[in-house]
Amino acid sequence: MSDTLTPVLTADWGTAESWKLSVYEASGGYGAMKKALAMAPDDIITAVKDSGLRGRGGAGFPTGMKWSFIPQDNPKPKYLVVNADESEPGTCKDIPLMMATPHTLVEGVIISSFAIRANTAFIYIRGEVLHVVRRVQAAVTEAYAAGHLGKDIHGSGYDLDVVVHAGAGAYICGEETALLEGLEGRRGQPRLRPPFPAVAGLYASPTVINNVESIASVPSIIGNGAEWFASMGTEKSKGFGIFSLSGHVANPGQYEAPLGITLRKLIELAGGIRAGHEMKFWTPGGSSTPLLTPEHLDIPLDFEGVGAAGSMLGTRALQIFDETTCVVRAVLRWTEFYKHESCGKCTPCREGTWWLTQTLTRLEKGDFDVAEGPEVLDLLVDQCENILGRSFCALGDGATSPITSSIQYFREEYLAHLEHGGCPFDPLASTAFETEGATA
Amino acid sequence: MNETTYAELLEIAARYPEKRSGLLPMLHLVQSVSGQVTPEGIEACAEILELSAAEVSGVATFYTMYKRRPVGDYHVGVCTNTLCAVMGGDLIFERLKEHLDVGNDETTEDGKVTLEHIECNAACDYAPVMMVNWEFMDNQTPASAIQVVDDLRAGKDVRSTRGPQLCTWREAERVLAGFPDGLADEGPSSGPASQVGLKLAGQNGWSAPASTVSGSTGTVTEDKVEAVEQADTSRAESETKAEES
Ligand SMILES: Cc1cc2nc3c(=O)[nH]c(=O)nc-3n(C[C@H](O)[C@H](O)[C@H](O)COP(=O)(O)O)c2cc1C
Ligand code: SF4
Ligand code: FES
Repeated sequence: MSDTLTPVLTADWGTAESWKLSVYEASGGYGAMKKALAMAPDDIITAVKDSGLRGRGGAGFPTGMKWSFIPQDNPKPKYLVVNADESEPGTCKDIPLMMATPHTLVEGVIISSFAIRANTAFIYIRGEVLHVVRRVQAAVTEAYAAGHLGKDIHGSGYDLDVVVHAGAGAYICGEETALLEGLEGRRGQPRLRPPFPAVAGLYASPTVINNVESIASVPSIIGNGAEWFASMGTEKSKGFGIFSLSGHVANPGQYEAPLGITLRKLIELAGGIRAGHEMKFWTPGGSSTPLLTPEHLDIPLDFEGVGAAGSMLGTRALQIFDETTCVVRAVLRWTEFYKHESCGKCTPCREGTWWLTQTLTRLEKGDFDVAEGPEVLDLLVDQCENILGRSFCALGDGATSPITSSIQYFREEYLAHLEHGGCPFDPLASTAFETEGATA
Repeated sequence: MNETTYAELLEIAARYPEKRSGLLPMLHLVQSVSGQVTPEGIEACAEILELSAAEVSGVATFYTMYKRRPVGDYHVGVCTNTLCAVMGGDLIFERLKEHLDVGNDETTEDGKVTLEHIECNAACDYAPVMMVNWEFMDNQTPASAIQVVDDLRAGKDVRSTRGPQLCTWREAERVLAGFPDGLADEGPSSGPASQVGLKLAGQNGWSAPASTVSGSTGTVTEDKVEAVEQADTSRAESETKAEES
C-alpha cells in the first residue's frame, strides 16, 4: 500500500494552457492513440482487462470486461457514450479533468471506440458547467483539425465521429440507462435491464457507457502498459484514482493516489482537519455511500476495503465534516436532494423519499414529542426498508444510505433533537467563514 | 422563432444518427433565443422531430435547466446541497434573497438577476459555490456573493473564478446548444484546489512509477507486430500471475 501521491491524470493540471492540443502533444499526448491504432482492437481490450482498471463512475465494474461484452457479430453500429454527468453530491473530479485536460478524454475516447469498434461516440456532459462544455467542444474541434477524428484517422482506415452533448439538469441522467434516454431526447427515466446496454443500448444498439475518469485512464494504460497500471493499487483494485477531499480539511482539493491509500494519510496530506476542530463523519464516495466515522480512518480506500467497512468506495468523493456539523441537518439536506431528483418512475422511491423528508424535517424542527423518541427512529428505518431493494434503480437505494448509516453511528444525536425540541447546533459554526463572524 | 433559429434547430437535429437526440440541445437553443422555453419553441422542436407538442413539453418539464418563466440576464445559482450548505451556502442564499428581495426561482424587478438554489455542481472542493450562468464562482462568502450580484446589476464586468468574463444567460444557453462562443481559451487550466495534490507531489518528488513499456506514451510504436507483441507479453504475464495466485 502506497503512501505517496501519483499524479497521472492530474499531472498537467497546473500547466499553462494545458487544455490546448499543442500543449498536450508536447508532453506526449496522442502517442497512445497512434500506438493503439496499430494494434488489433481485441488486444486493446485485453490490455485494459490486464490492467485491472475498474469503472471510476462508482460501481467499479471491470472496464475491459464491459468492452468484451459488446457482441461484435451484431450488425448494428456500436456506440461509446462517456458519462460526464458528474452530479453525485461530493463528486468533483471529472469536471476539473475536462476543464484542464480535455484532450486526455478525447484520446481515451478514440482508443476505446477503436477497441469496441464504434464509429460514433458521445460525450454527455451535465449542462451546468459552461466552461467545461466550451473546453471539451474546443478539444474535439482541434482533434478533428489534426486528423485524430473524422474519416480514415491517420491512414488507419478507422473512422470516428464524436458528438459533445450538454444535458439539462437531472441527477438521474448519471444512471447509465437514464442517460441513454436523455441522449435519445426523452425524459431521463431508467430502463429495465436486461437487456443491458452492451446488447441493446443507444438506439437499441450495442453500447459501452463509461465514466470520464475511466476513459481518461485508457491512454496511460496503452502508453505505459497494463503492468505499469497494475503495479499501483491493491490486489483487486488496481491503479490510481483521483481522491476528492472537500469540507472541513485545511486544504480541500484533488489528490491522485493509488487505490488503497487511507483517509488518515489523505487528511494528513490535506493539512489536517481545519484548525481547532476534529473529524466527525465522512462519506467515502458521495452521498449515496453510507457514512463512516473516525474509527474508519485506517481502512484502505479500495473497493474491497470500504465494502468491508459497510460502505462503498463509490467515486472517492470524500466529504469531511467536523464536530460543528449536525448530522441530522446533513442527512435531511441529502434526503431533500434525492426527493427532488427522484425521477418518479417507481413508487418506493417517489413516495418514500417524500416521507423520509417529512419525518426528518419534523425532527429538525422539533415537531415530535420526546416520548415518541425511539419510535421516530424506527419509523425512519422502516421507511428506508421499504425503499432499499424495492426501487427500480440505485437512486432509491442510495437515498437510504445516509439515513441508515447515520442512525447507526449517531443515534444519540437524533434523540438529542427530540430532547432539545429541534436542532441543537449553531449553523454558523460550521461555515468556511465562521471566523469572520456573522457579518461576513 | 425566425428562419435562422429554425435552420439552427435543424442543424442540431442533424448532428445525431437519430434526430430526436437533438431535443435537449434544441431546447437550450430555444432558451437562448426566447429567454425561456416558449410554446412556439416547443412547436418548432415538435415539428422538426415529428413529435407532438405534448411529447416535447413532457421532456422540457423533466429537466431543471429549462425554464417556463423568463430568466434574467444573470442566473445566479447558490449550491445548497449538504456540503456547500454546511460550509455557508445556506447563509449565502438567505442573504441574497434578502438583498435582492426575491424568493427562490424569482427574478429581480430590473430583470437582471434570477436567483435559485441549486444542487451539487461538482465543485465541492471550492465550497461554498455559486454559479452565475453556469460559470464557477468559487469560495464565496455572503459579502462576496452580494458584491457579485451588485456588480452584475450595475453593469460592471465580472469574471468567473475559473473562466471568462461572465456572458448573459442567453449567450450561455447558445453554447450549451452546441454553438461555441470562442471563449474556451479564457481562464486558467484549473483552480488552486484542483492542484493541491499535484503541488504536494512536486514538493516531495512523488510520481507514478516509470513506464514498463519501452518507449512510453510519447513514443509511437509504428510497427503493428511489435505493438501486438507488447500487448501479448503483458497478457501472458498477468495470466501467469493469475495462475500462480
Ligand atoms: C443515480 C445514479 C447516478 C449516477 N451518476 C453517475 C455520474 O454522474 N457519472 C458516472 O460516471 N456514473 C454515474 N452513475 C453510474 C453509472 O450508472 C454507470 O455505472 C457508470 O457511468 C459506468 O461507468 P464506469 O464503469 O466507467 O464507472 C450513476 C448511477 C446512479 C444509480
Ligand atoms: S428508484 Fe427513484 S430514480 Fe430510480 S427509477 Fe425509481 S423513482 Fe426513478
Ligand atoms: S455540494 Fe456544492 S458543489 Fe458539491
